[in-house]
Amino acid sequence: MNLHNFLYGVYPYIALTVFLVGSVMRFDREQYTWKSDSSQLLSKANMRLASNLFHIGIIAIFFGHAVGLLTPHSVFLALGVSDMTHQMIAIWAGSIFGVMCLIGGAMLWLRRMFNTRVSAASRGSDKLILSWLLVTLILGLSTIPVSLSHANEGNPGVMIALAEWVQSIVYLRPDPALLVGVDTVFKIHLFFGMTVFLLFPFTRLVHVWSVPFGYLARPYQIVRTKKGH
Amino acid sequence: MKVRAQFAFVFNLDKCIGCHTCSVTCKNVWTNRKGVEYAWFNNVESKPGVGYPKAWEDQEKWHGGWELKNGKLELKSGNRASKLLNIFANPDMPEIDDYYEPFTYNYAHLQNAKLSEATPTARPLSQITGESMEKITWGPNWEDDLAGEYAKRSKDQNMHNIQKEMYGQFENTFHMYLPRICNHCLNASCVAACPSGSIYKREEDGIVLVDQDKCRGWRMCVSSCPYKKVFYNWESGKAEKCVGCYPRVESGMPTVCSESCVGRIRYNGIMLYDADRIEELASMEDEQDLYEAQCKIFLDPNDPEVIAAARAEGINDDWIEAARKSPIWKMAMDWKIAFPMHPEFRTLPMVWYVPPLSPVQSQIDQGNLPVGPDGAIPVSGSMRLPIQYLANLLTAGKEAPIESALNRLIAMRSYQRSVHVEGKADTRALEAAGITEEQALEMYRYLAIANYEDRFVIPTGHTEETLDDAFGFQGQNGFTFGNDTSAGVSKITLFPRRRKETVEPKELAPAADK
Repeated sequence: MNLHNFLYGVYPYIALTVFLVGSVMRFDREQYTWKSDSSQLLSKANMRLASNLFHIGIIAIFFGHAVGLLTPHSVFLALGVSDMTHQMIAIWAGSIFGVMCLIGGAMLWLRRMFNTRVSAASRGSDKLILSWLLVTLILGLSTIPVSLSHANEGNPGVMIALAEWVQSIVYLRPDPALLVGVDTVFKIHLFFGMTVFLLFPFTRLVHVWSVPFGYLARPYQIVRTKKGH
Repeated sequence: MKVRAQFAFVFNLDKCIGCHTCSVTCKNVWTNRKGVEYAWFNNVESKPGVGYPKAWEDQEKWHGGWELKNGKLELKSGNRASKLLNIFANPDMPEIDDYYEPFTYNYAHLQNAKLSEATPTARPLSQITGESMEKITWGPNWEDDLAGEYAKRSKDQNMHNIQKEMYGQFENTFHMYLPRICNHCLNASCVAACPSGSIYKREEDGIVLVDQDKCRGWRMCVSSCPYKKVFYNWESGKAEKCVGCYPRVESGMPTVCSESCVGRIRYNGIMLYDADRIEELASMEDEQDLYEAQCKIFLDPNDPEVIAAARAEGINDDWIEAARKSPIWKMAMDWKIAFPMHPEFRTLPMVWYVPPLSPVQSQIDQGNLPVGPDGAIPVSGSMRLPIQYLANLLTAGKEAPIESALNRLIAMRSYQRSVHVEGKADTRALEAAGITEEQALEMYRYLAIANYEDRFVIPTGHTEETLDDAFGFQGQNGFTFGNDTSAGVSKITLFPRRRKETVEPKELAPAADK
């Protein structure tokens, strides 16, 4: 097995398994460590701007990837979304939210590295994961010129190959061969992206699982009794 | 009617000497850990002053507590949807400097310094960064005994409606201590603001706790508590607050702050209340009606109907008996001399305060104050502490109940003086203040003598009813850094582990025998 086949045929499953099993284990064994790990108390300046830009950007990017890559090709065609339209939506949405995320992320990174209090209160994993996300993001943004040139040539082939590869992974029929002709920058971005899933359960990223939607439907006051426990 | 029992407090400000023994014992028991060096579950403020954290009473700044929106009770910081929209960065979150940057001193340097002309000094070190601090500019009790400039101190919210300039002059200065802990509110806004649902009120005794495993650190509770008594532990990333010393209270012991109070100003006891009326009574149109409204939520523990309803809710007879002997009931309801702090926050707080009187008493004795026909009670407005100030603090600005309480405290003294000095009971002052001789004698016993068993009437938590194996539970801790009390924690973990304890000087002092 060569490196290409390992990275795009086996590594995705390693990353996903660690992501899921690790998350469940940490929730089960170490719920005390399950938190957003906010540092807003230590430094508040520009947090509203930086954190909102970063979070809104990254959430939009996540769902953009999920919808764009996981929807079967035939569904897009049935909905009347041509390949070129799909490509242009991806480029525009990716650019807008990517830049939002980059600005917010860069502000947060500078704060985490150079604000004395925040830096002192940070764990290695906090600095690592933020840096890793930013590199992944920058790699993702650098695929845009490549995608644009494909769009100008009227060639959606790479985009379709990427979507089909992601779907091949999800359907448990991994086909690394689909990525052979894809530009290198996409492949590096994929590796960094998959590694985010691998690192996920060991970092503060676990707070993503805990979006408190339940709050919207909950009565304000909560009373617990010791009886029956 | 849904009867619930509440573990409640009264602090008699008249006798608080501002010694901070409560703060120190609490600190040593609950917040001497990394991440909460800056947190004081119990603190004592000198009033007037902006307090800890700075300007905590200013809800236009912090948006804590509740407000009426179109006649309906809503969190002042916004509804549920706005909480979720602001979850990435809480706009009302205090910063560490609003409290103070926690510090220690490099004491070891005093022993390790080389011989020099000047005496070595122990420089302050930040307990967050571990680095030297140039200068300490704020602390948890910076305004102690009216320290600092009057202009800054008088930014106190309770100076509202008061001619500040007048009280800035030396002869007119006034000052009181205000010890503060979590109010274990009946309508807690921290509970309501928690997106994770990790903060809860205990049904048995009403103590408000944060489930440390369930807290995700969204920090909405920190800003929504109008008393700023929920703290963010920056090491653990969890909210922490006064736990009402529940392990002690469950065993029938008072909280450590109450037990250690050298002035005997703290009273712990049980109040029965009607949980069905919380929303109705917290929604009074006029803020000044909120104090009386809260009095209406309490149920008379001597009323047979209340007793029957309490039994039906599963409240044990010893708890009902404790409610009957409750010092809180006597002071808040029977004698009407205790008040909730800032009822206008609409959280129905359960730490009540007897307003302070001491500076007035000596003036009366010296004949410096104009008194009424009874010869004891000074005419309204002649007291050193402006009644408006106390009213702004305790009754949303309504002066009449405060004045009546002060008159009762003075009348009780006047009566005692007539008995012990003149040798003949003079009840004119009591009649003027509207209390009976019997009440005055009891007030004297509770306020002046303050016997341990009168101050603390605490029924035990009936663990035998809630635990299968009470002995197996022995040795459980309160706040820990997680999983300490569970079995099967391995030394090696991939998940984030706690780091070393709170910052201490790196340089070690030489051993004593060298």
